[in-house]
Amino acid sequence: MYFSFPLALAVDPWILGLSALTVVVTVAMGFWTAGKSKTAGDFFVAGRSVSVGWNSSAISGEYLSAASFMGVAGMVMSKGYDALWYPVCYACGYLFLLLFIAGPLRRFGAYTIPDFAEGRYDSPLFRKIAVIFVLFIGFFYTMPQMKGAGTTLSYIFEAINLPYWVGVAVVGGIITFNVALGGMKGITLIQAVQYWAKMFAISIPIFVLMSVYGFYNLQVAANIPATESSPVERRALPEKAPADAAWISPFGPLTTSAAVKAGVPADEQRPYSLLYTYSLITAIVCGTAGLPHILVRFYTNPDGAAAKKTTMWVMILIGVFYMFPPMFGVMGRNLFPELYGALGVKGPDGIVLRLPVLLNEKYAPLGSILSGITCAGAFAAFMSTFSGLLVSMTGALAHDVYGRMLRPKSTPEQRLRAFKICAVLIGVVSVLLGMQVEQLEINFMVGQAFAIAASSYFPLLFLSAWWRGMTMKGAATGMLVGGMLAVAAISMTSFNDVMKVVDLATFWKSYPLLRILCEQPAIWATPLALVLMVLVSKLTRSEIPSDIRMKMLVLHAPEKLGLKREYIQEQGNAH
Amino acid sequence: MSEPEPSVVDIHSEEFLRALMKRQLSLSLRCGATFFSVLLLLPLANYFLPELMGTEIWGFTLSWFLLGVAAFPFVWVIAWVFIRRSMALEEEEARMAGKSGK
Repeated sequence: MYFSFPLALAVDPWILGLSALTVVVTVAMGFWTAGKSKTAGDFFVAGRSVSVGWNSSAISGEYLSAASFMGVAGMVMSKGYDALWYPVCYACGYLFLLLFIAGPLRRFGAYTIPDFAEGRYDSPLFRKIAVIFVLFIGFFYTMPQMKGAGTTLSYIFEAINLPYWVGVAVVGGIITFNVALGGMKGITLIQAVQYWAKMFAISIPIFVLMSVYGFYNLQVAANIPATESSPVERRALPEKAPADAAWISPFGPLTTSAAVKAGVPADEQRPYSLLYTYSLITAIVCGTAGLPHILVRFYTNPDGAAAKKTTMWVMILIGVFYMFPPMFGVMGRNLFPELYGALGVKGPDGIVLRLPVLLNEKYAPLGSILSGITCAGAFAAFMSTFSGLLVSMTGALAHDVYGRMLRPKSTPEQRLRAFKICAVLIGVVSVLLGMQVEQLEINFMVGQAFAIAASSYFPLLFLSAWWRGMTMKGAATGMLVGGMLAVAAISMTSFNDVMKVVDLATFWKSYPLLRILCEQPAIWATPLALVLMVLVSKLTRSEIPSDIRMKMLVLHAPEKLGLKREYIQEQGNAH
Repeated sequence: MSEPEPSVVDIHSEEFLRALMKRQLSLSLRCGATFFSVLLLLPLANYFLPELMGTEIWGFTLSWFLLGVAAFPFVWVIAWVFIRRSMALEEEEARMAGKSGK
């Protein structure tokens, strides 16, 4: 029984109400804590260091963006088995960070990658180059968040046919405004609460849905031809949907799409598909190292031991989370197949929002309530990620470009104004870019951002931490070449498909292998960057920093030996 | 009665740094290799053994079960092993430098 709106808008009150509540609470929390905190890396709560529990929740919350919340489910629904690589590789990426990057970087003490670039190579120039990539990767990562926002708002206001771009503009505008005014700085408390909100929002509706319609394994089994399991309710698939056998098997629609666009016949697609799979794995696992806002969180523990325990908990928290979106994907396929007919806001990317409404058929308004909960979770996801990105990108632009390059002598008031202007600038660009990508899948876009990070930041961090022979020129060359080539390759495929700047259809048909390698460049761009870094470093070996042994010691020696303090003192003496 | 003093390494020496990096890299590589060889074998198994990977197990295909469910506990185990061993390694390194028990 719905309350009647005076205007009879037929906008579901539960969905609207819960979503609006999330937005208001998030914005309010941001402003309430803005006065109390100093920086995005602030980790003191009530004057003490943050506990492992709070911190691991916060890192997990920050890690789970719109891609994790909506995108994975949407992709599993539309593409099937292959999409499972995404959540697994997101989790593995974090493991990869733990094994190779987190320890050294934490000991070194650089909060951001530009900080690390400058400190490791004693090069302000390199810092500026690193900042370029913060912006590039950042924009590629904001676009899927905007798509999430547009999709969610269009869903809430479906009754009045709210266009996609309005949703993007409204949400993007609110967050930009918020960040410019100093709010939403990603405080530990907020991010921790966001994790549990998202966890609650993804799991409760699924448990209810599964108790009514059948558990996860039975849902999957329904797609196995000649299954032996007991049947669950399935609704008729439209023509556009992939067939059961292709959907449930590896090398399905996701990994063969590039080959299909290049005109490769069906019986020759499998090898291309295998290549695509490996390139995708490389991109996502190595690309996690490039997320600017994640690295900061490694410093929010008081010591190395706590940091490691935190990381273990993060692995558990995000692993548990990631088991749920595919459940939405499978159930969406079985119970809500009408979404296959559309791309964009009415397509599978919205399955997490729409699936719970099914329960209204039997238990109204439970479906609306649960759908409101998932909408709230979606808001939590893209708002927190977008604001985190906006803060890091604005920080890089305002602090590095304005503060150091253009006006090193600026006053604090000028810098603050620069921060606000930069925030608005970046926000506007993100919104404009976000408006262009309605047709692209959320998760796919995140994968592309990761591919660029995998070809630029990952080689930088890995080799800088483990090889003392690196020089600034080597690192810069590898990073620029790998990263820029990855951007170019991706633009030639994903963006060109959507915006059709140049007609490359015949080109791809003649060179299908190139199409695959351009759409998923990590498998060549990452090794290329690594090789270039090594080669050019060897050629410029006279430029290895003179205190390289000390630097490597700081990167690797246990913190209790106090080498970082020694290093800072030496740096102070040298000036 | 006196025991010989445990020899304390100069932490600024080349030997200490090399030993440090070698042990840490070795641990990371071993954990990484264990994990990634399994992960990277999965697409090959899917490619060359499609019938096996398609067998139905508890309602899932084997392939789906491995990637969608079992992969996560596997990640946890590797992370746990790495964390314990790297913390032990740090303790040992600190002892080598004569600064244990802080």
